[in-house]
Amino acid sequence: MTRTFLGLPGPRPGAAGEGFPARAARAVRDSQLRFNLRKATRTIRARRAGVVSELPDWAELRRAGKAIKDHTLRNLDAYLLQLEEAVTRAGGHVHWAADAAEANRIVAGLVRATGETEVVKVKSMVTQETGLNEALLAEGITAYETDLAELIVQLGDDRPSHILVPAIHRNRAEIREVFAGRMAGWGRPAPEDLTDDPPALAEAARVHLRERFLATKVAISGANFAVAETGTMVVLESEGNGRMCLTLPETLITVVGIEKLVPTWRDLEVFLQLLPRSSTGERMNPYTSMWTGATEGQEFHLVLLDNGRTGVLADETGRQALRCIRCSACLNVCPVYERVGGHAYGSVYPGPIGAILTPQLHGMESELERSLPYASSLCGACYEVCPVAIDIPAVLVHLRAKTRHPVAERAGMAAAGWVLERSGRLARMQRLGGRLRRLAPERLPGPMGGWSDTRDVPELPAESFRAWWERTDGGRR
Amino acid sequence: MSSRERILARIRAAVAGAPDVEIPRAYRGAGDLPDTGLVDLFARRVGDYRAVVHVVPETGAAERISASLTARGARRIVVPGGFPEPWPSVPGVELMTDGPGLGAAELDTVDGVLTTCAVAVAETGTIVLDAGPGQGRRALTLVPDYHLCVVRADQIVAGVPDAVARLVPDRPLTWISGPSATSDIELNRIEGVHGPRTLEVLVVT
Repeated sequence: MTRTFLGLPGPRPGAAGEGFPARAARAVRDSQLRFNLRKATRTIRARRAGVVSELPDWAELRRAGKAIKDHTLRNLDAYLLQLEEAVTRAGGHVHWAADAAEANRIVAGLVRATGETEVVKVKSMVTQETGLNEALLAEGITAYETDLAELIVQLGDDRPSHILVPAIHRNRAEIREVFAGRMAGWGRPAPEDLTDDPPALAEAARVHLRERFLATKVAISGANFAVAETGTMVVLESEGNGRMCLTLPETLITVVGIEKLVPTWRDLEVFLQLLPRSSTGERMNPYTSMWTGATEGQEFHLVLLDNGRTGVLADETGRQALRCIRCSACLNVCPVYERVGGHAYGSVYPGPIGAILTPQLHGMESELERSLPYASSLCGACYEVCPVAIDIPAVLVHLRAKTRHPVAERAGMAAAGWVLERSGRLARMQRLGGRLRRLAPERLPGPMGGWSDTRDVPELPAESFRAWWERTDGGRR
Repeated sequence: MSSRERILARIRAAVAGAPDVEIPRAYRGAGDLPDTGLVDLFARRVGDYRAVVHVVPETGAAERISASLTARGARRIVVPGGFPEPWPSVPGVELMTDGPGLGAAELDTVDGVLTTCAVAVAETGTIVLDAGPGQGRRALTLVPDYHLCVVRADQIVAGVPDAVARLVPDRPLTWISGPSATSDIELNRIEGVHGPRTLEVLVVT
């Protein structure tokens, strides 16, 4: 074996950016990263398996979760209008953003209107997707991340590498370094004698953020679910930073992708079981907040974001990616993710779900986006653990078919198609192959060599089964 | 065309002709789980989150509250309006009512909070607060470092669907499962970040 073949299309002239293979090759050379990921993903996989097996009706919950999301997407226009009406009735303000730039403009405008220049943030995938923090900074507004892992990423000037645990690529010693070196630059410094004991690190984060929580007047969050029927927003979290942001500030701005809707209050009985068990592997996450409109005297704004989602919705096979509830079970179970980590996917959505979401949301213009559907061995583990049964392998294959394949592959497929079209042609080719079998190389020529570098070329038989059957009348002669 | 109209038009074009989907609800719904042994199961599951749990008869509740606050070494404890009277009297502990003077910064200086709850879930070891009597506004159970929650046995339901059916959506709801925690360091659960680091649950039978 000379090199690992990933089944990726060859580079095309003029293709911009760096593809997944180059990023992955770099990542697998980082032994610390591989160690951290291996440890973390194994821990979480075991925990998830334990709490999922506790529920005798997991399969039924999963079927219901899938159907609720599909039904919502089918009627999304009506449910969005229903949500808008319910939120408005409850004293909230609803804004619609067609793309990331518009969402950022709306949020920046709302923050400016309060006269504040600092905001606290609850961990949110969608504001990472829109690059909100950078957009706010350009407007002179500083956004402080408050989730522990997001704090590690922000202080370390790093990038998130996991949907649920953005700093999964960092171990406790690295986190201690980041806290000790960087906290002072962002606010209250870390204690002098900070150790790498996880409770000590959590305590340092608590002390660092406490005054900020008590003083900041504007918060920005995402939401895990938005209930169309009642206008209720739902945020699941662990630390209490979410509750701090959702409860204490005078103004709350919540940005959600339009696919986050569920139709009815009752539907939460399904997702409040599916999500915590799939994501952190707990029977229930420590804190879940639910609020409807302007709550306890707060001013509430809801920003509904499209940013490519309606394009995904138009694709019959690809639209199932919009069922995703961002649990990250597919990352934790993926043999590719476990080895390369999240940064190799070059997107805020890493792992198997990222490999189907990123190319669909952003289009397949760059080398990276074209290569992502190949960042998989199609083993299917992601589909098995997905709480809303997204058939990720099927979408990966669907997306692979959308990109242009290398000349050799296309020529080979065309030739195979021609041969297999007529049984006479196939028989003639098989006879020819049988006669020339001694000449078959162990390594295939040209670009196909990559395939045989990691596999044995099968031996050609002297005659085909059909030829044998005809010659011997099924072994009777 | 506004973004609202544009998004709606794109959705309608995208799903035109797609079939609708029936939602199969064959899972264990509200009322389907056995409702026996709920106190034991709830206490066990809360304990799994490393919260402190006591199960006491109603006559022993005041004494247990008093013992817990004393053991905690608390001096000032907030008690939201509507907490069942008469309040226990605990030597050396001031039980304060919520009021306009109690901003976030002041809340940060009290030693804890004593509340009731709206519903509790046995299967997941969860308590749910809905800002009703004895529970107060959300900040009360968030900023102080210690939360003592009194749960009546008849408030414990079997599973999540039972709780969803009992709750009223337009109230501010907080579902609490154990003390504040994080899994962000090497994916191990560590108790104690921004919310109360000690959760003590008192089940009154």
